[in-house]
Amino acid sequence: MSEVTRRELMPGVWLRCIHTGKFKSAYLSVTLMAPLRAETAAENALIPAVLRQGTAEHPDLESLSAALDELYGGAIEPVVRKKGETQCVGFVASFLDDAYTLEGETVLEGAAALLGELLLRPYTQDGFFCPDYTRGEKENLIGRIRGQMNDKRRYATHRLVEEMCREEAFGVDKLGDVAHVEAITPQSLWQRYQDLLSTAQIELYYCGSAQPERVEQAMRRALEGLPQSQERLCPECEVALHAGAEPRYVEERLDVTQGKLAMGFRTGGITCWEADYPALTVLNALFGGTTMSRLFLNVREKLSLCYYASSTLEKMKGLLMVSSGIEFDKYDTARTEILAQLESIRRGEMEDWELEGTRSILINGHRSTLDDQGRLEEFWLGQSAAGLDTDIEQLVEGIRRVTREQVAAAAQKLELDTIYFLRGREG
Amino acid sequence: MEELTFDRVGERMYRQKLENGLTVCVFPKPEFQKGYAFFATNYGGMDVRFCLNGVWTDSPAGVAHYLEHKMFDTKEGNALQDLAANGASPNAFTSTAITGYYFESTEKFEENLRILLSFVSQPWFTQESVDKERGIIGQEIGMIQDNPDWKVFTNLMAALYQYHPIRLSVAGSVESIAQITPDTLYACHKAFYDPANMVLCVAGPVEAERICQIAREILPKEAGPIAGRDYGPQEPEQAAQTLIEETMAVSTPIFQLGYKGDAPQRGEAGARQELLGELACEALLGNSTPLYARLYREGLINRNFSYGYEAVPGAAFLAAGGESKDPEAVRRAVQQKAERIVREGVDPDLWRRIKKGSYGGKVRSLNSFETLCIGQAQSFFAGSDLLDFPRLFDTIDKADVENLIARWVTPERTALSVVRPGEEESK
Repeated sequence: MSEVTRRELMPGVWLRCIHTGKFKSAYLSVTLMAPLRAETAAENALIPAVLRQGTAEHPDLESLSAALDELYGGAIEPVVRKKGETQCVGFVASFLDDAYTLEGETVLEGAAALLGELLLRPYTQDGFFCPDYTRGEKENLIGRIRGQMNDKRRYATHRLVEEMCREEAFGVDKLGDVAHVEAITPQSLWQRYQDLLSTAQIELYYCGSAQPERVEQAMRRALEGLPQSQERLCPECEVALHAGAEPRYVEERLDVTQGKLAMGFRTGGITCWEADYPALTVLNALFGGTTMSRLFLNVREKLSLCYYASSTLEKMKGLLMVSSGIEFDKYDTARTEILAQLESIRRGEMEDWELEGTRSILINGHRSTLDDQGRLEEFWLGQSAAGLDTDIEQLVEGIRRVTREQVAAAAQKLELDTIYFLRGREG
Repeated sequence: MEELTFDRVGERMYRQKLENGLTVCVFPKPEFQKGYAFFATNYGGMDVRFCLNGVWTDSPAGVAHYLEHKMFDTKEGNALQDLAANGASPNAFTSTAITGYYFESTEKFEENLRILLSFVSQPWFTQESVDKERGIIGQEIGMIQDNPDWKVFTNLMAALYQYHPIRLSVAGSVESIAQITPDTLYACHKAFYDPANMVLCVAGPVEAERICQIAREILPKEAGPIAGRDYGPQEPEQAAQTLIEETMAVSTPIFQLGYKGDAPQRGEAGARQELLGELACEALLGNSTPLYARLYREGLINRNFSYGYEAVPGAAFLAAGGESKDPEAVRRAVQQKAERIVREGVDPDLWRRIKKGSYGGKVRSLNSFETLCIGQAQSFFAGSDLLDFPRLFDTIDKADVENLIARWVTPERTALSVVRPGEEESK
């Protein structure tokens, strides 16, 4: 069995260790947790990408590759994630577990040191980030932001969130926006980097066969040179309990052939911190979270109203979002049918097979997270951002106990806040 | 039952050949939650001409893939829904050489395994359902033909090979699948889905004896005849054509650069050739080479660049590709580098690093049950064992790789496939 520990290495710097021998690799991550804000999101998102280009000791990609080869072909990737209203930036890394090296050498210490080096000792020119690296990664980031528009399904959800939370931090995209990226200079980025290093709560993660004490020692050494600070705080997440009196309707016209209908609900205050959260997860799965859900089987398969229809949950912010692809002229029927399905759940109309099947799929999903290092890290980062220590077995227990009445009660709390409809230029 | 241990990668495998000819391979993983089962036949897109009981048949291109789609139909309904209702995530794929069906689940594993073995061994086709599928597969063919990555790779196969059916698209064409009837499907199922032509690989918290017992219960008791195959005349060593170009809606040219290798031998020699091929790519143009760094710096390749060795019975090749503003320049640079390696050898320090990095990467990939089970199925059909690679790795030295580069990476054996932006896109 794996054993989970979490300890504070210095004020605001935490290390979570999953001690297990079941994997061939050790999985590490380092994450800086910053409040999500329009003014800083783009710079924060750019920082790990620029850091990954070179360090004082390994000034370019070629020498970094050589260092990774020496560590048995390890991988270190820059990442930007959004958990509630926290922007999480840093690196995830996968290395060969020490148990499998050819001559009994250890990889962990070298891997941790290289992560620390990437985080704390970047390659600089004239005391700032290298202008070439900054320019190149700005282009890549702008490409990624613009690329979000290519996938209209993601774009519709992105626009829904932007509209629904236009007065909340959650409305800001994790990558920031193009205008803010364009304004970045090596100097401004350097300033932001210094601020981040001294104000962000830092979350370190390890999953592998090494004892937590040894991991702690390796991480402490790797982070020598990190500014000491008493100000590291985990950002808060503001939860709006209710939607406005009437749902807000937003329509956008683009050159598309298929329409996208996205609907955002407030969960009436049910978030991951509340006792009725397990019921909300079952509700979401049953309504639109699986291939045996109401939206999939009824709205998509039976009535053929949509090319796809599904729902997702934002557990910290308390949002449930429906996403569907429809013909332009099916707007009214699709919207009505989606809401009718929700009404029927509110009335407690759930078959045994669908309730049990949904429960089974949810539990299967949670349990298999334990077998996947990447998903496990993602899960624990979410828990850290929320300040929770609930583990997967506890979540599974919660889901097992959810009753039909509790699912109906959670459904009754949903309030439709915003409807976003993307349609073609004609018609 | 045979028990094989692979100490260097910490794995154990049980293997049993059943009375009906089916080989069962089991990787016990008591510390994992999920079980994964992969049931495969040694039959893929290239097996179009075959001989059963002395009669030769030419089947339409795309029939293996069509069959895979239709296998999920059962007399009672659809196996996908049955598996999903049990919390399992099922799927299937058809490649050039094999067809595989699989699921993973954390609950009701044995019940799900019974469903998998039943639907794959018991065909149920009706004229109506076969006709209905034609439209769906036709759309899939249309979709992949619009996919530039698919196009550039398929074109590379057509340029490298003169006769070998690796040239065929796995899904076939709208014209070829028009000829498929329930009888075609039954005939191909009979020819290739005999237990003696199949393998079942399972990983998870399971007992090998139980798996064999279930397979004996569900599958036919006796082995039937296995079809012989014909892959056409002997392929010449040279590429069929040097350059193949096409125009599509892409923003930058994409390319695949190929080098035709020697057809793989069965057994250990073939497995060793695979490792040699992978290491040759790493030494010639891998992420850690100066050539890669130079091409990246000059903007001739970007992060999408990837490379590898591929083999099917009767054909093997090296391929590298991605986006480039000047694919021909990439080919020239690779050719020059190969000539330099032939003259001066691979840098000893680089060799040591890439061998270490490549080894670590291979061991880490074994975390995935998919890699383990699909890899073992492919190795089994090729007459070897996946987990034998550490032993074979030891037998490879620098001169072996230099020798392979000298023989394969030559102007006679190369083909370059390019998809360029049309006039519309380049404006």
